[in-house]
Order: sequence, then C-alpha cells, then structure tokens
Amino acid sequence: MEHYLSLATKAIFVENMALAFFLGMCSFLAVSKKVETAMGLGFAVVFVLGITCPLNQLLVDALLEPGALAWAGYPDVNVSFLSYLTLIGTIAAAVQIVEMVLDRYSPELYNALGVFLPLIAVNCAILGASLFMQERDYTLGEATVFGAGSGIGWLLAVVALAAIREKMRYSNVPGPLRGLGITFITVGLMSVGFMAFAGIQL
Amino acid sequence: MQFLKDAHLNVKHHFEKGGRLEFFYPIWEAQFTGLFTPGDVTRTASHVRDGLDNKRLMVTVVFALLPCMAMATYNTGYQALLAMAQGAVPLDTWQAWVYTTAGLPFDFKNPIACIVYGLLHYGPILAASMATGAFVEPLTAMIRKHEINEGFLVSGMLIPLTLPPTIPLWMVVVGTAFGTIFAKEIFGGTGMNFLNPALTSRAFLFFAYPAAMSGDAAWIAADFSGVDSFSGATLLAQAAVSGESALASASWTQSFLGFVPGSMGETSTLACLLGAALLVWTRIGSIRTMAGIVLGTIVMAGFLNIVGSDTNPMFAIPWYWHAVLGGWAFGLVYMATDPVSSAFTNQGKLIYGGLIGVLVVLIRVVNPAYPEGMMLAILFMNMFAPLIDHFFVQANIRRREARYAA
Repeated sequence: MEHYLSLATKAIFVENMALAFFLGMCSFLAVSKKVETAMGLGFAVVFVLGITCPLNQLLVDALLEPGALAWAGYPDVNVSFLSYLTLIGTIAAAVQIVEMVLDRYSPELYNALGVFLPLIAVNCAILGASLFMQERDYTLGEATVFGAGSGIGWLLAVVALAAIREKMRYSNVPGPLRGLGITFITVGLMSVGFMAFAGIQL
Repeated sequence: MQFLKDAHLNVKHHFEKGGRLEFFYPIWEAQFTGLFTPGDVTRTASHVRDGLDNKRLMVTVVFALLPCMAMATYNTGYQALLAMAQGAVPLDTWQAWVYTTAGLPFDFKNPIACIVYGLLHYGPILAASMATGAFVEPLTAMIRKHEINEGFLVSGMLIPLTLPPTIPLWMVVVGTAFGTIFAKEIFGGTGMNFLNPALTSRAFLFFAYPAAMSGDAAWIAADFSGVDSFSGATLLAQAAVSGESALASASWTQSFLGFVPGSMGETSTLACLLGAALLVWTRIGSIRTMAGIVLGTIVMAGFLNIVGSDTNPMFAIPWYWHAVLGGWAFGLVYMATDPVSSAFTNQGKLIYGGLIGVLVVLIRVVNPAYPEGMMLAILFMNMFAPLIDHFFVQANIRRREARYAA
C-alpha cells in the first residue's frame, strides 16, 4: 500500500507530466483558457491514462517483451520492435471509446472539448506514460497507479494554468506577448513552483 | 511648498499628451503625486470608501518592514564579528578593508561595531536592489505608459532581506531585474501578476546560483574555513542532518529573537511579529492567511511528530521550532500576505494559508534537496490561489442563483 502511495505522489508531484517533463504541451497550452473546459480535458486525460497504461502493461507483458511469446510456443521471438505501434494503437482505440461515450452521455462536454478529444490520442503525455511504464517494468497494479497518478498531476497543472489565465484577463500584457507567448512564460514560472518537489526520493 | 507645487504644475503641459516630454509623464506623475494630493476628482458618482490608495498601502508595508531591516543591519554584523571572536578572519572584501581602515574594533559586544559592519554588507545589497527596481520600474512605466507604482519600493526592500550577506552585488541586480520584469512587468505591472515578484527573484537566484544561495559558508560575512569547530550552517540545515539533537543545544529564545545565522532579514521571528502587528492592525496583511499558515504548520508538524521516522530526524521537530527556524515567520508576514498573489476570497485565504503551512513542513521534512521550504511553498500556492478563488466564486454564484430562484 505504502509503495503505491509513494508511486502516486511521485507521479502527481515529483515527476509531473506537464511541469517537470513538459509532456502533453499542445493540449496543455490550447485547452487552458477556461477552468471548466480544462477540467473536462483533465478528467479525460486521467481516464484515458488510467485505462491505457494498465492495458498497455498487459500487452507488453503478454506480447512485446523479449521471450513473452513463450506461451504461444515461440520462446525465442522478440517483437519489441512493435512497441510504439502497439502502444499508440491501444491508445487510439481507447480514445475513440471515450469520445463515443462522451458523445452519448455528455454532449455538452463533448462540444466544449471539440477537436481536442481526438487530439488526446496523440497527446505525448499519454504515450509518454506508457513508455515510462515499459521502461521501468511496472507490474499491472503499479501501471494503474502510475497512469492515474500521472493523469491527476496533469489535471492539476492544467486546471491551475486555466485559473491563472482566467485571472490574467485583467492583466495588461504587452501586445506581442499576448496569447501563447505569455502562456509559455507562465508555464515556465509554474514549473519553478513545482521545483518544490524536485529532489524528493520516494 | 506652494512654489514647489507651482514648479510642477508649470511644466505639466510638457508631459501631457502632445507635449514635448510626453514619454516621461510617469516620472512627472510619480514625483507630483508623491509630494502632493493630485487635483483630479471624479466627475460622476464615486465609489471611494477609504483614503487608502496604493501609495499609502505600500508605505505601510515599508513601515512594517523597519524592524526586520534594523535586525538585518545589526545581526549581519553581529554574526560576522561573533565568528571572528571564535577565530574566523574577515573576508577579503572591500567592506572589510573599509572597516579596518576606519580603525573600528572587531568586537561583537560593541553594538556600534555590529551596526557598522552589518551596514557595510546590508547597505550595498539594499542599494543595488533598490537601484535596479528604480531603473526597471520607471523604464517600463514609460514604455508601457502606466503610472509608476510604489510596489517596487517594497519588492526592493524585501529582496535583500531574503538574501545571504555574502551574495555578490551583480547577482542581486540580475535577480531583482528578473523578478521585476518576468514576474510583474510582463503581466502589466503591479496588481496584475500571479507570482510574488520578490520571491520569484529569490527563487531565480536560488536555482541559478546555488553556490551563493545555499550551503554553510554563505550566511556569515566572515571567512571561517580555517576554524574547525565552527560550521556556520543555519539551524535548519543542522536540523536536517541531525534533527532534534541539533536543536537541543540551540536556544529557542535566540532563534526567536533572531541572533542566529541565516538570510539577512528573516532570522528574527520577533521583528516579523512586530511587522505583523502593524499589518494586521491596518488590515493590510490578511490575518486569515497568517492564521491559515500557523494552523497548517501545527497540524502537519503534529501529524509528522506522531508518525515518526527512524531514518529521517526532521520528523521529530515540533511546530514551535518550525516557527522560529528559517524564513517561516518572514514568509508568513510579508510574502504570503501579498494581496496580489494570494487568494482574495476570505475562505480562500484560509485554505491558501493552510496549504502553505502544510507544504512548508512537508518540504522541510521530506525533501532532502532543500533544507528550507517557505519560499517554494508560497510560490507553489501562488500558482493555485486563482484556482481556490475560482471555486469559491463559483460557489457564491450558485448560492445567489438559488436564492433568487426561490
């Protein structure tokens, strides 16, 4: 239990996907104008990460690792060169399902997220989490906790950025910096704040 | 004074729109409103309920900072001379040269010697920080065409108080410029930023020049490398290594009064409390934020005391030690209560403060990379303050809608 707890803390704060690894930047910057929308996208990311990370872990275990095909009678076959293809394929399929579910049950959120929900499929935070999972040899439980934790960390970051940007509507930013320019600077300053957790060993 | 007022008013047309010196209007405006009450009045119905404007607000904070500045002057000299009494030698700097040439005694019991030696170190850092602010702020005011705000006075006074006495002056300049430009001016000046500019300056210096901003040698303006029995480390750094046993030999009262090594203005909890009294009495510093931090610290430190740890000695440190160590009190009074970067709803302030209190203890105890956590805890919560406000504002809106729907 304690092990999972420290893994979650690490995924949320110490190795924050958005502010420590700078993964998932495109949607992070694009969908952070309003807190409500950002929260919707954030929860979508938590959901997709929480599903795809363990799913990919199963695939890695059963198919992709060197020698993993022993159960099918091919102990010498190594298909790890198919990793990227398989991982991203799983993610794309999972995102499609999320999209259809949202379309059916929450059309409001579906409309608010617009083009960005399909974009989650190629969100580097999602593929990044699966690749980290593969590299670090997580078990199924660890992969679930790590996936959900990374998603929650990303959600926290994107919601905080959205709230800051809502507050910044009252700011008087120099013309050339308005829009993405000041957002990049804001994200940079935020990651200085997240340095509070850098160096924690768990 | 009339002639001075006339002198200002006579040249006013040069600075107004279309005048020859239009570019320099912010400087004229700052001088005039600094000296006199402006003659402009509101033409339609007004909403003024208080004479408190930005100028008076900032000047009150400056007054609240005076005890800390006095303590910074005295303690910087006192620590250096105390180290020298134990065998350290003066640093090879111009300050030491001036002091020796003036023929003053290296005696820590002599208050005048302490003040002079302290002033020789604190004074130039304060001057460098103020000069940088006084250059950047009017320059951006002229370019961006807004009024010069007194905020840079406060930032310029806060920054030196958070720095060690041995920091090179060029670093002070770079840090102050970074904080003023990237944490404040780029967002449009005072009141429009989301991070505390003074703390951003310090964080920038802390991460960019760690050798000058941390470790054991930075905190005392004397060279004690030849003295084995003298470490020069701050109490917090000692506690991070050996926990309560380091504090057992230290005096809580000394720490409370501030006669310990550390960043120049943060050592004295008492001086900060004096400032806090003024800020709370004038309602400029929020008592909710302060109470939140105190509560958060007590709860988190108490919790960690109960949990305990065999490997990490910091777990056992009680909250009343956390409160006198490092920058806790200084951050609580002057940094966290910054009305711009903190939460602005009343309930939000309590939560914002409480989380700062929790985080500062967590960083100090759990994170081995930094002995001190106040700066990063406040910066981290600055980031989340708008979000906290957002939820309370939305809740208010919903409550009102429900009330009017009924």
